[in-house]
Amino acid sequence: MNEASPGPLLQLRGVGKRFPGVIALAGVDFTVRAAEIHALLGENGAGKSTLIKVLTGVYEASEGEISFEGRAVRPGSPKEAEELGISTVYQEVNLLPALSVAENLLLGRQPGLGGFINWGATKRHAREALLRLGLDLDVEAELGTLSVALQQMVAIARALDLNARLLILDEPTASLDEHEVAELFKVMRRLRDQGMGIVFVTHFLDQVYAVTDRITVLRNGTLVGEYLTADLPRLALVSKMIGREVNDIAGRSGELPAPDDAAPVIIESRGLTRRDALHPLDLTLRRGEVTGLAGLLGSGRTETARLLFGIDQADGGELKVRGEAVRMASAREAVRLGLAFCSEDRKSEGILPNLSVRENLILALQGKQGIWKTVTRVEQEALCAHYIAALRIKTPDAETPIKNLSGGNQQKVLLARWLATKPALIILDEPTRGIDIGARAEIEALIGRLRADGLAVLLISSEIEEIVRNSTRVVVLRERRRTADFQGHAIEPEALMRAMAGASPVNGGHS
Amino acid sequence: MSVRKKSISPVLWPLFGLIALVVLNLVLNHGFLKITILDGRLYGLPIDILNQGARGLVLALGMTLVIATGGVDLSVGSIMAAAGALAAVLIVKGCGLTLALGAGIGLAIAAGGANGLLVARLGIQPIVATLILMVVGRGAAQLITNGEVVLINNPTFEFLGNGHFLGLPFAPLLAGGLFIAAHLFLRRTAAGLFIEATGDNEQAARFAGLAAAHVKGLVYVFCGLCAGLAGLMAAANIRAADSYRMGENMELDAIFAVVVGGTALTGGRFLLLGAFVGALLLQTLTTTMYNLGVPPAVAPVPKAVLILVVCLLQSSHARRWFGGLFKKGGVA
Amino acid sequence: MSPRFRQRIPLLATAGIFLVLFISAGLFYEGFLSVRVAVNLLADNAVLGIVATGMTLVIFTGGIDLSVGAVVGFTSIFTATLIARGVHPALAAAAALAIGAGLGAGMGVLIHAFRLPAFLITLAGMFLARGGAFWISTESTGISHPLCNTLSGYELVLGPAALPTTALVLLATLIAGYVLAHHTRFGRNLLALGGNENSALLMGLPVGTTKIAAYTLNSALAALAGLVATLYTGSGNPSTGAGLELDAIAVVVIGGTLLSGGRGHMVGSLLGLLVFGTIQTALLFDGRLSSWWIRIVVGLLLLAFILLQRVMLRGAAGRR
Repeated sequence: MNEASPGPLLQLRGVGKRFPGVIALAGVDFTVRAAEIHALLGENGAGKSTLIKVLTGVYEASEGEISFEGRAVRPGSPKEAEELGISTVYQEVNLLPALSVAENLLLGRQPGLGGFINWGATKRHAREALLRLGLDLDVEAELGTLSVALQQMVAIARALDLNARLLILDEPTASLDEHEVAELFKVMRRLRDQGMGIVFVTHFLDQVYAVTDRITVLRNGTLVGEYLTADLPRLALVSKMIGREVNDIAGRSGELPAPDDAAPVIIESRGLTRRDALHPLDLTLRRGEVTGLAGLLGSGRTETARLLFGIDQADGGELKVRGEAVRMASAREAVRLGLAFCSEDRKSEGILPNLSVRENLILALQGKQGIWKTVTRVEQEALCAHYIAALRIKTPDAETPIKNLSGGNQQKVLLARWLATKPALIILDEPTRGIDIGARAEIEALIGRLRADGLAVLLISSEIEEIVRNSTRVVVLRERRRTADFQGHAIEPEALMRAMAGASPVNGGHS
Repeated sequence: MSVRKKSISPVLWPLFGLIALVVLNLVLNHGFLKITILDGRLYGLPIDILNQGARGLVLALGMTLVIATGGVDLSVGSIMAAAGALAAVLIVKGCGLTLALGAGIGLAIAAGGANGLLVARLGIQPIVATLILMVVGRGAAQLITNGEVVLINNPTFEFLGNGHFLGLPFAPLLAGGLFIAAHLFLRRTAAGLFIEATGDNEQAARFAGLAAAHVKGLVYVFCGLCAGLAGLMAAANIRAADSYRMGENMELDAIFAVVVGGTALTGGRFLLLGAFVGALLLQTLTTTMYNLGVPPAVAPVPKAVLILVVCLLQSSHARRWFGGLFKKGGVA
Repeated sequence: MSPRFRQRIPLLATAGIFLVLFISAGLFYEGFLSVRVAVNLLADNAVLGIVATGMTLVIFTGGIDLSVGAVVGFTSIFTATLIARGVHPALAAAAALAIGAGLGAGMGVLIHAFRLPAFLITLAGMFLARGGAFWISTESTGISHPLCNTLSGYELVLGPAALPTTALVLLATLIAGYVLAHHTRFGRNLLALGGNENSALLMGLPVGTTKIAAYTLNSALAALAGLVATLYTGSGNPSTGAGLELDAIAVVVIGGTLLSGGRGHMVGSLLGLLVFGTIQTALLFDGRLSSWWIRIVVGLLLLAFILLQRVMLRGAAGRR
């Protein structure tokens, strides 16, 4: 198996996938050769998961051709893909924790006759499959009793047992520690040396450089390019992922004021930490400032917001709001203290889909005031009229269910929901994701107005431009710690990207 | 365009059903709607329906709010029996009426609180959590009455089930009053919004700073209270507490009334008026079957058919499937 | 604590509770520890046991079926009426089983194809079956046919024990249920789709047919239980099996099967049945205790097991 096959193992040409109203993938070429580890990279919404779902038969491609081992294929279901030799291991281990290791390995194709299972053969087969990966596990133990890393290995063993020639690993390292990642890489290299093609999706650039041979970058559903890992410097990779050549990025507008260290502190964290989410973090947010929180996906940006807002509870460190130590036990507490948080996940953490724009808009304010002190209907309508005009929310009227609005308008309603509570600090997590350009500019203008009005703003974004254009200070996170910070004119795209990529230490670097 | 289509109030469906049933009854029995006044009190079939339906109305009220949070309460029938039994035993033992009623209601509230604790605090699925009290509650009711039917001879207590107030039957007045009071409370305070928000998207409600867990817990307490009241009304209606039969299958009728009334089992937007009409529709259906000479035990069959129709109407999968069917048929 | 031991805790707990109950009942009540009592435990709970076997399969998938008690009642009056009208009992039984299976299949299709809540659909099934039972007859109907008499008089003598037909049917059902659940692909697929339907789909398992088959099988078993009930009482009664669905669910949960699906064991359901039966028999032996204690005790056991499962799930989640 070791000699290089003549043609590529997998070849996609012009593959596209349309959903009603959305083009998730357009004209993408993607080639994986046998005996290589190929990184598939891109930020959220780049089209990685759509591409994988097309490959594994969960979605059907709307256009384009897929050939596997030289034959045109079109997998219609995960089962068909597996039968072709394309197996996938998902980030959320898609196995069943309540069943045994052996069953998870062989479910649906346990050896036996006429639907009856030969348990002896099943266990033996499972044990052998795991031994091939260098694992000696109790195959009768429940899968759920294993560490995530071992569960991941079981998933890989299941995939390989299907006689896979192409293995897709979709963010397999997201919840593994360093040692476990090293073990996984050992297995990946061994498989590659045996002639397997491996597609590796990850957010961690260190891992890309540690284990992959080639990189394909996607952005906004289109192909950016394919590169040899050894030939692509980190900084170039990051700029390709976030879609800007360093020189292209517009500089800061001159309007942003210099940061003022005397401005009153709204919230301050010291050593705020949570296991598996965030290393101890110091952060100070001041009145009248926009603090940009930059970092790649998985760098701990959203985790920081959740800790500050009491969605998750910290394991350590302290948090002060206006100088007073607080235990942020719930979002309710955070709202009471004058915090506001627009989540990046609008659909599951933001909107109440079937309720009206009006109800969505007044929800946080009403929650803050409690059950008895109602916002009267007249006040509600005045608030709606005000914000619909001020934020230019496009809706037939305030009584329309919010699910009928476009993403950008939903986002504006959620912003209005928080502004109505007159917060001292607003955390905006990816406020412009999935929003058209017009609405984007309006939201950025709004951020400027909020700053001028004296709010503290924490702006989380994977778009460097957005951070650079709007922030008075920037904190960079990488691998769940603060690695750099910038102020005023030091906020430059290239410096930020360097810090995000970890290409070279900036401002003291990281441990 | 889909906005326009949905602007037809879902309350109209059960209302059409109710009207259709009344018309059917009128055809079969021209005197169906006839109401007579005797000794300054109203009598007649519609009054009977209201009187017998009052308990179902009260249960449906509590159930509406539980279902609005995306839950369900299977224990209301058993709570009815336990509350009715406790009050009856205390009355027979010579305790004051206030104490007896208070104890019955108190027991029901405690039971609701237990449900709320299991669902909101411990995160147990509502069906599972309330199943426990559905089983225990019935046993407790039998324990309280020592397995006997406790006869009550207390005219004041009986008023709750059979009394007249200003010539009108008291039980339906009480049920109607409760609906109005609940409506005012839910819509004049923020309670209704909090319940709908929690049911529509619990996570988003929590992110917006609502105490979603408290909301979920409290609706079960309220539902328990309603069940307790219904239990007292049932005991007063037959002047006895029958711990075996009282409230039997009433939880199913209550859920059914709510679903027919247009409140989705998945939670979110709730329609008190819909549940009200749904419960009346159910009682009218039962009475109609009775008048048609169908044994009362067969009455579940049309109920089953109605549930299926309502489920299919509400299911987007079903609509898509039938839509596809018609489209294909149209092309062919 | 070894993981292997940990995963057996619910089963061991049920076994322990059964032993403690049975032995203490034996100490308290003279004549309790006898073969006859043990045999009666099976014979008297045959209907519940058969229904619980089917219910276990449905609960494995994360579903629930409220219609089983009504199906028992329907089968009972349906077969008795047919036999009374001169239809051969074997034919009547076959017809009843077919109707049961058909109802289950219909409910399964509605639940799977239209994503309707199992709870509501089987509730409708319950209304339909119970109403249908009373439609046939509101009175109980006696059966007398040579075949029925032979069957109900038959006893398999095994040493000191004499097992009547009902107990034999129960044992056969339990063994078949055990083999099906733990030694066939179908049985494991039930648990897989109860554990995570999406995962099961991605693993290429036949989710739809498995789910529909579970409801079909469960209703067929409920019909079988109805036949056993008819044989056991010698008559058909439309109100047979009222509330049986609750007892069956309780037996399954006390047996350590997770009500939300994906985890459980058929042996647990047998142990749950024995616990249930022992409490009932002990109450019969003890003239002072009344029948409602069984509901209270079973309900509290239900609570205890649901809390135990909750704690174990949290523990498992915490270790990850």
